[in-house]
Amino acid sequence: MKTTLYNYRLQLGLLLLLAGLLSLFIYLSPQTFLHRRIYVAFMSTIPFPTLLALGLTLLIVAGEMDLSFPSIMVISGLSFSNVAQATGSPLLGFFAALATGAFAGLCNGLIVVWIGVPAIIATIGTQFFWRGASTLLADGLARNLTNLRDTTFHDILVGRLFDWIPMQTIWCLLVALLFWLLLNRHIFGDDVRFIGDDIGTAKMMGVKTDTVRIALFVIMGLISALASVMVCLEMANWWPTQGEGYLLLVFAAIFLGGTSVFGGQGTIFGTVVGSIIIGILEAGIISAGLSGYWTRLVHGLVIVLSVSLYAMAFSTRRK
Amino acid sequence: MDTILTAKSLYKSFGSIQALTDINLSIPKGQVVALIGDNGAGKSTIIKILSGVHRPDSGSLWINGNEVNMRSYSVRMARSLGVETVYQERSLGEKQPLWRNVFVGRHLRNALGFIRVKEEKDLTLAMLRNSIGLKGVGISADALVSTLSGGERQGLAISRAMHFNSALTILDEPTTALSVKEVGRVLDFIRSIPDRGNSALFISHNLHHVHEVADMFLFVARGTIAYQCRREEMSVAELFEQLETLSMAPYDHERTVA
Ligand SMILES: Nc1ncnc2c1ncn2[C@@H]1O[C@H](COP(=O)(O)OP(=O)(O)OP(=O)(O)O)[C@@H](O)[C@H]1O
Ligand SMILES: [Mg+2]
Repeated sequence: MKTTLYNYRLQLGLLLLLAGLLSLFIYLSPQTFLHRRIYVAFMSTIPFPTLLALGLTLLIVAGEMDLSFPSIMVISGLSFSNVAQATGSPLLGFFAALATGAFAGLCNGLIVVWIGVPAIIATIGTQFFWRGASTLLADGLARNLTNLRDTTFHDILVGRLFDWIPMQTIWCLLVALLFWLLLNRHIFGDDVRFIGDDIGTAKMMGVKTDTVRIALFVIMGLISALASVMVCLEMANWWPTQGEGYLLLVFAAIFLGGTSVFGGQGTIFGTVVGSIIIGILEAGIISAGLSGYWTRLVHGLVIVLSVSLYAMAFSTRRK
Repeated sequence: MDTILTAKSLYKSFGSIQALTDINLSIPKGQVVALIGDNGAGKSTIIKILSGVHRPDSGSLWINGNEVNMRSYSVRMARSLGVETVYQERSLGEKQPLWRNVFVGRHLRNALGFIRVKEEKDLTLAMLRNSIGLKGVGISADALVSTLSGGERQGLAISRAMHFNSALTILDEPTTALSVKEVGRVLDFIRSIPDRGNSALFISHNLHHVHEVADMFLFVARGTIAYQCRREEMSVAELFEQLETLSMAPYDHERTVA
């Protein structure tokens, strides 16, 4: 019993943190946090960064990085709105978005794995490239997508189950479950762990490191496309700066969740709870009467503090 | 004589360093062959080619009498042809639990690729119980490799190779971090390999160990096999002498190409 508790100390700590924060917010602004409405709002917004964080968690476990996902979102979203408007079928638009996302992810993967550019540098480059391309292609203008509101596809992806549960929450939980299985129970996740641990070892043990690394970037592209289509449908709009706000949120969520900055280890559960905590922080800050400017500061602080705490706890100082 | 593995005319360079020149060797079935030589002679490079980690610049490889296609030869393929290797270094994932390390690259899995975790953990525990150098109290299949001592790590790598009972087991300096008693057990293991009709290729700097277990000695010097003989032809003292002579030989300047 004691050892089980010890093994799950990270998960328990995160849940305690979440409970503590919620209690604090309820205490500070009971009129907001004792009402169902705010939780429905959370369930409609938090799934987007959570999906992105799930994809990025796998990459980080493999010792890779992707800073370009906000821009992969925007270019896939543009494909979605163009094709959906041109054909009148949001489903075709969705496939176009997935193809775009997979292609952008594949580009990242090839640059990193074949050409050998470190992922952080390569994806800074592609981030600017896709953002620039989207703005150019759209003449810097937003796209109105209100006409997709009444489609079945809209209801399946971001409708309200039983008239109150946002469907994106369901999809996000399904993806989380799938990724948990992948990382913990599947040979793909095993390969990912060993690649992040020591790529030389992984190679000597027969892991197809190139294929797995490229696949991870493609998965991240697909997830970005999915998130983008959901955001487009939820907001009934595509706009050229879509996704920009997610970079910070996603990193804060992953590192707060306890995934190692050094690769080789990571937790899907931690990423989900981390995303929820990061997601409620903003609402908590604002309803406590502080200005919205505080949220960035708090998110930045969360990244630095959580990464430092984990570094101290696992003594990862370079010797 | 039947050979499990034959290498013909292997060449390998790393940038401007010509690591191997014209390596020819065969490993007979049911025998233990030792690679002996100075630091940097090229022993580890030879076994990395045999086990599919490195691709040679040229040369061919024959396993069980069939030529392997060097373009597609890989660690996976080597294993599926019965070649198992215990590497000198970096053969374990530090942050991973023991059971993942035992089965990495060849997990027991269902058709969808999901790992049979329970089964693998049980097998790992059984392996730990009667394995080399892992008698530490409270060892569990979930323990991380980073918590093991150097000797325990080596024990794990060797036990892993023992478990898969391959046609050819290659061991690169398997005894360096072990205590005297554990060294004895590793040597016993290597000696027992021919009993099952299998073969071993064994690298060690300890010529006493080499003489104890090997049927045949290959002397590697400056990237090539400079001399080879059978155990009956040489005493331990002569092994030392031969190694000395080879390492004294004048340096071959052609080895580093511009
Ligand atoms: N990946 C590599 N990149 C560049 N050079 C290498 C690489 N691997 C080996 N070498 C070089 O090839 C030569 C042979 O190295 P190798 O590791 O095979 O020696 P060894 O006989 O195993 O030595 P030791 O007894 O010290 O383990 C050395 O000069 C080494 O520096
Ligand atoms: Mg060596």
